[in-house]
Amino acid sequence: MSRRSFQVLPGFNLTLGYTLFYLSIIVLIPLSAVFIKTASLGLAQFWDVVTTPRVLASYRLSFGASLLAAAINAVFGLALAWALVRYSFPGKKLVDALIDLPFALPTAVAGIALTALYAPNGWLGSALEPLGIKVAFTPLGVLVALVFIGLPFVVRTVQPILEDLDTELEEAAASLGARRWQTFRYVTLPILLPALLTGFALAFARAVGEYGSVIFIAGNIPMVSEITPLMIITKLEQYDYAGATAIAVVMLLFSFVLLLAINGLQAWTEKATGRNR
Amino acid sequence: MAAATTLHAAADVAARFEGRAATREPAWVKWTIIAVSLTFFVLFLLMPLIAVFVEALRKGWDTYLAALVEPDALSAIKLTLIAAVIAVPLNLTFGVSAAWAITKFNFRGKHVLITLIDLPFSVSPVVAGLIYVLVFGAQGWFGPWLQEHDLKIIFAVPGIVLATVFVTFPFIARELIPLMQAQGKEEEEAAVVLGANGWQTFWHVTLPNIKWGLLYGVILTNARAMGEFGAVSVVSGHIRGLTNTMPLHVEILYNEYQFAAAFAVASLLALLALVTLGVKTWIEHQASKVKDNEE
Repeated sequence: MSRRSFQVLPGFNLTLGYTLFYLSIIVLIPLSAVFIKTASLGLAQFWDVVTTPRVLASYRLSFGASLLAAAINAVFGLALAWALVRYSFPGKKLVDALIDLPFALPTAVAGIALTALYAPNGWLGSALEPLGIKVAFTPLGVLVALVFIGLPFVVRTVQPILEDLDTELEEAAASLGARRWQTFRYVTLPILLPALLTGFALAFARAVGEYGSVIFIAGNIPMVSEITPLMIITKLEQYDYAGATAIAVVMLLFSFVLLLAINGLQAWTEKATGRNR
Repeated sequence: MAAATTLHAAADVAARFEGRAATREPAWVKWTIIAVSLTFFVLFLLMPLIAVFVEALRKGWDTYLAALVEPDALSAIKLTLIAAVIAVPLNLTFGVSAAWAITKFNFRGKHVLITLIDLPFSVSPVVAGLIYVLVFGAQGWFGPWLQEHDLKIIFAVPGIVLATVFVTFPFIARELIPLMQAQGKEEEEAAVVLGANGWQTFWHVTLPNIKWGLLYGVILTNARAMGEFGAVSVVSGHIRGLTNTMPLHVEILYNEYQFAAAFAVASLLALLALVTLGVKTWIEHQASKVKDNEE
C-alpha cells in the first residue's frame, strides 16, 4: 500500500471501512446464513428437497416463463427504444417517462392491476375469453406479469447506445449500396447486440426472482402455476426452514451465475461501443 | 447491473436521423414500428396503471376515502413511512461513502466490491426476507439470545426495516459511482491543495456536481422502500395494525375480496410511482440543461 502516500484526498480508510462494514452486516453475513443452514442438511437430503416434482415444476415455470418474457421484451423493447430514439411522434415524452413504471410501481400494485385486467370479467380478459384464451390464474398470466416487470431493462440498456450512434456509419453503408434492412441487419444490429443481450439477461434475472406481481395473477395451482419463490414461501409457512433454504440456495447460485454473465456482457458492451458506464 | 435505474439525459437525435435519406426508413416501416411499440406500451404499461385508478374509484369517492382513513390502513401507511425514513438515510450514507471510496481511490478488488454492491438487486426478494429469518428468527442464529432479552426482530418492525434496507441497498451507490467516475478527482484534489478539509471538499466541490444523481437515487430508493412486497412479506408476519406495510395491506384487502379498498390503497402507491417518475423526468431535464450550457 505504498501508493497511499501519494493520495491527496482524505477519507479512504473511513469510507472503504464503512462500506465494507455495512456491506457485511446487511448483505454478506445474512446471505452466508443460507449456505451455512443448507450445509446442515447433507447433500442427499438437499438433493431430495430441491428435486421434488412440485419444486421441479416450479423451476420449469419460473425459468421457462422468465426466458420467454425476456425474449418478448427483447423484441418489443428494441422496437420501443428504436421508436423513442429515431422517430418523432405525439406523446413521445410521456411514453419515455412511463417506460420506468414497472420499476417504480410496487410489485403488489402491478400484480392486482394485471389480475383485474386479465380476469375473465376484466377489460382484456373478457375480450380474450371468447377466443378461448385464459390469462389470469394460468401460466400465461405469469408470463404477462414477467413481461411487465422486465420491459424497462431492455429499453433502458438499448436506448443510450442507439442515441450515441452516428449517422455516418449508416450513410456509409447506404452509399456502398446497402438497402435499409441490410444496413440494420449488418451494421446497426451488431453494434446493439451486446446491449440487447445485457437487457435480455437483466430482464431474465429480475423475472426469475420476481414474486409480488406474479402471485396474484398466477392462481398458484400446484404443479401448474406455482413459481419457485412461492415454493420458498410455502415451505416457510410450514416452518420447514431447511427446505425453504435449500430452494433459496438453488435460486441464489443461479443469480450469481447470471450476475457474472451480466458483468461480462456489460464489459462487452463497453468494448463494442466505446462507452464507459 | 442497474442500467434501468440510472439517470440519463436523453439527447433528441430523431431529427438527425429522420432528416437524411440514407438513415431514414420508408414511412410505412416507421409507422409500423411506432404502432407496434405503442400498442405494446398501452397493453403492458398504460392499461395496468389506468386500471388501478378506475378500480379504486369504482365504488365512488366515499368508499375510496373510507378505505384510506380506516385505522388499519393508517397504521400501514405509518409503518411504510417509518421503514422508508430509516432505510433511505442508511443507504444514502452507505451510497455516498461507497462511491467516494470506489471513485476517488485505487485499490485491489474494486470490481469485486462493485459486483457485491449489486448483489441485493439480483437476489429474489423472497430470499432477501428469508436470510433475516435465518439470522434473527426463532430458530435462527440470534433467535434464542433475542428471546432471552425479550427482543423481537422477525415478525416485528425491525425485521421490516432490515428487509427494506436490503432490497434498496444498491440504488444510491449505483447512481453515484458512474457519475463520480466520469467527473474524476481533479477538482477535489485542487480543493484539498488549496487548504479545504475533507468535509469542505465534499460539501462545496463534490456535492454540487452529483446533486441531481443523488436526488434521483434518494427518490428511487424511497419509492422502492415504500413499495417492497416480497421481502417484507416474509419477515412481517402480517399482523394487522402492527406489522402491515401498505403493499401488505393491499394484499390482505385483495384476498378478502375488498377490491375497491385494495385498489384505493394501491392507488396511493401508484401515485407515489408517478411522482417518482415525474421527478426523474424533471431531474433529467435539469441535467440536460446543465450539459447544454457546458457545451
